[in-house]
Amino acid sequence: MNRSKWRSVGHELFTNGLGIAGLVIIVVFSLAAALAFLSPQDPNALNVMERLKLPSAAHWFGTDDYGRDYFTRALYGGRVSLMVGFASMILATGIGVVVGVVSGYFGGFIDNLLMRFLEIVMSIPSFLILLLLSVFLKPSVGNIIVIISLLMWMSIARIIRAETMSIKEREYVLYAQASGQNAFGIIGKHIVPNLIPVIIVGATNNIASAIMMESSLSFLGFGVQAPNATWGSMLNNAQGYIAQAPYLALFPGLFILLTVLSFNVLGDILRVGFEPKLIKR
Amino acid sequence: MTERLLTVDSLKVSFDTRAGENQAVRGVSFHIDEGETLGIVGESGSGKSVTAKALLGLISPPGKVIGGEILYHGESLTGLSEKQWRSIRGNRIAMVFQDPMTALNPVKKIGAQMTEVIARHRGLKKAEALKEAIRMLSEVGINEPERRVEQYPHEFSGGMRQRVMIAMALSCQPELLLADEPTTAIDVTIQAQILDLLKELKDKSRMSVVLITHDLGVVAQVCTRVIVMYGGMVMEEGLVDDIFFRPGHPYTQGLLRSLPKRDGGSRERLVPIEGSPPDLINPPPGCPFIERCPHAFGKCVERPPLFELGNGQRAMCWLLDKEAKTGE
Amino acid sequence: MRQLIIRRLLQTIPMLIFVSIACFAMVKLAPGDPVLSFVTPNMHAEDIERIRHNLGLDKPAYVQYLIWIKEILSGNLGYSLINHQPVLDQIVERLPATAGLMGVSIGLAFLLAIPLGLIAGANRNRWVDKLINLFSYIGISVPLFWLAMLLMYFFSVKLHWLPSMGMRTIGIHSVFDVIKHGILPCFVLAFGFLAVYVRYIRSSTIGQLKEDYVQIQYAFGSTKRTVLFRHVLKHVLLPVITLLGMSLADLVTGAIVTETVFSWPGIGSLGMTAVRGMDYPVIMGITLFSSVMLIVGNLVADILYGIADPRIKTRG
Repeated sequence: MNRSKWRSVGHELFTNGLGIAGLVIIVVFSLAAALAFLSPQDPNALNVMERLKLPSAAHWFGTDDYGRDYFTRALYGGRVSLMVGFASMILATGIGVVVGVVSGYFGGFIDNLLMRFLEIVMSIPSFLILLLLSVFLKPSVGNIIVIISLLMWMSIARIIRAETMSIKEREYVLYAQASGQNAFGIIGKHIVPNLIPVIIVGATNNIASAIMMESSLSFLGFGVQAPNATWGSMLNNAQGYIAQAPYLALFPGLFILLTVLSFNVLGDILRVGFEPKLIKR
Repeated sequence: MTERLLTVDSLKVSFDTRAGENQAVRGVSFHIDEGETLGIVGESGSGKSVTAKALLGLISPPGKVIGGEILYHGESLTGLSEKQWRSIRGNRIAMVFQDPMTALNPVKKIGAQMTEVIARHRGLKKAEALKEAIRMLSEVGINEPERRVEQYPHEFSGGMRQRVMIAMALSCQPELLLADEPTTAIDVTIQAQILDLLKELKDKSRMSVVLITHDLGVVAQVCTRVIVMYGGMVMEEGLVDDIFFRPGHPYTQGLLRSLPKRDGGSRERLVPIEGSPPDLINPPPGCPFIERCPHAFGKCVERPPLFELGNGQRAMCWLLDKEAKTGE
Repeated sequence: MRQLIIRRLLQTIPMLIFVSIACFAMVKLAPGDPVLSFVTPNMHAEDIERIRHNLGLDKPAYVQYLIWIKEILSGNLGYSLINHQPVLDQIVERLPATAGLMGVSIGLAFLLAIPLGLIAGANRNRWVDKLINLFSYIGISVPLFWLAMLLMYFFSVKLHWLPSMGMRTIGIHSVFDVIKHGILPCFVLAFGFLAVYVRYIRSSTIGQLKEDYVQIQYAFGSTKRTVLFRHVLKHVLLPVITLLGMSLADLVTGAIVTETVFSWPGIGSLGMTAVRGMDYPVIMGITLFSSVMLIVGNLVADILYGIADPRIKTRG
């Protein structure tokens, strides 16, 4: 990783309108989620008198079927959604990097074994497994993070493996091997630092898909359980009131869309930024 | 009396890059007569390939022709519409490229790729165009052309592919053939065959050829006249014999010294030219060769004109100016 | 070519075995005793043991696996714990609804994606590309169930143009009715697929347009359109074969969420019901079925690719 690469990433990011927008959205949403406790409303306070109120000055996003302030619920929901996204990304990327580096660096039997295993995991329809596991295990936030990670590490493992194999052939690695450095030293000193761009790009895309998976899961009622909300479970609830209170469906979905969109856009921008040769003619 | 086919006058081409304007061609002038073979020699980055592309109107963004004129049969090509350009490309001016391995579409049959060009410019039916393609293939020395047109590029060797490219370029009987490093990417043992083929095909027609190369040896084998390019400018121009025996420009002299002698006998050491080509984003205002030139002196920070050396030979160097020399 | 097919076929066999073991393990490791679903309150312990024995559940795991495989190969995927119907029958019964919906969606998405992707790639960074690109970003980022809800709100609740639930109006048996029910789910699914395909085709068009042979086509007087449709299109379509092969599995289970939102009576909603009811044999059956479809889909895609790409075909 040299300086010019970071500069090229910065250039891509700040000259691209979409990139700036994505960054702003992520920062604003993260802050809003982190500072959710500043909202004067209790996200779980029931108020029968205030059921299904339209958005107003008192309730910016209106209230839901239990009279809870929808804006505050959206803040807390975002907290869970973003947290699941980040945590799953870290776990999945961790698994992916370990498997990818080991497979790519050592090759041979271990590589074969890991890659066959990966292929099998990939050939099982993941969403069904996701549902099933969330039924087996109790659907707590922690379990959901683990489950999503277990279904997401494969793509990054593949990319890391390919990248490791190419870095392995570079001269300084061959030199380090010839001079008798041990494998883990080489991996730590020479391989992993060079993987950082790939890891960052993969991780960014992973957050997007983790948030999407969590939302789908919660939407189907298998995710985080009531009274805690996520954007997905809020949509699940909104489904029953689509005729009376369509705004209940509007806000959480829009937030999922904007968050996932921002991460996807950033992922692409980072990829182009790290590999300027992709855009050269 | 031979006729002027093409005249290039003060051509300027630039490329927009992040770092600034890359002035790849900075006022290049030369001409090509009917039936002659002109060599354009230079290192990579000298602007020779960009010049060739400009002759076909193929400079596309971020590149731009920012000045100068190209006259073809006395008529200006600058300002032609895209449609008018297309009727020239591959038809009246054709081009052969450096790397035959990537020049052909790997998923289309040779015959289909050739007939597409023939049908387009000569208005032939598909079957007739295919016949013509087969005839052209046998013309460039490919055996069993009837079978070969049904094959894909990867079934041809590099040399064979370059023959296909030549056949394709000549299939519409162009008046001018631009050959951009046609032998550089080919196996050394085949290079001579391809050059001989070009020579032979040229002699059969009244076609003019521009051969772009970094190799003065190749120029000596095929060309009658040569221009030497450096840093986006023409450094020297003249008949091949004159240039080889009386090079006027220090850069040309350097190029000749870096060439292995083919007459055996004297075992001179090859002398490469020290240093690297100029930065064309901030080019030196004077002679572009100033930083590598062993004879550079004060005057060289000004841009020298072309000095006539007789017999059509001209070179752009202050050393040839008597006044400048005495002034030193 | 023949070698390639044989090699790929041989690679498929261990994959299938492992996937089947994974499915079997899943059912075995699932919490809950399957025998209990056959137990009625007034049964004796011996009766329960007898049922266990009859079901072969007292044998060692590997014997059970072999018996299970033998049953599967003879077309018996087991019985639902809930309605005691054969799993295979249920899958076969639901298959047309899902395959029809997915087939039309994928087909539509594919047909639209080719021109859109080519246009975007060929006009890189112009406004038309930016528009298509933004649209495809939204397509990969929008939660499809949310899109489904919005469409339902506008077209069913507000405008009353289209039905929001199911596949047929009760009592009406016409193709037109099914089509009317299918429009919204089909649109949602096609939108999602379209975005993925467009991104793929766009980037591969951009890549191809940088190739030497394209630049050289211009030097021979080709128009941009000729280059795009005579030369680039074929390159771009080749990898799309792989995408379509992968979609074969989607034909079976790709639409769990969308089917659930629209109550479309396909395999996706069958799977959802099974998961809600912990109906392991049905879950296992669907999983196995779609895994096999995925493996076969990849196999078919590889072989088709080999046939379509002359560089692989002639290499032998």
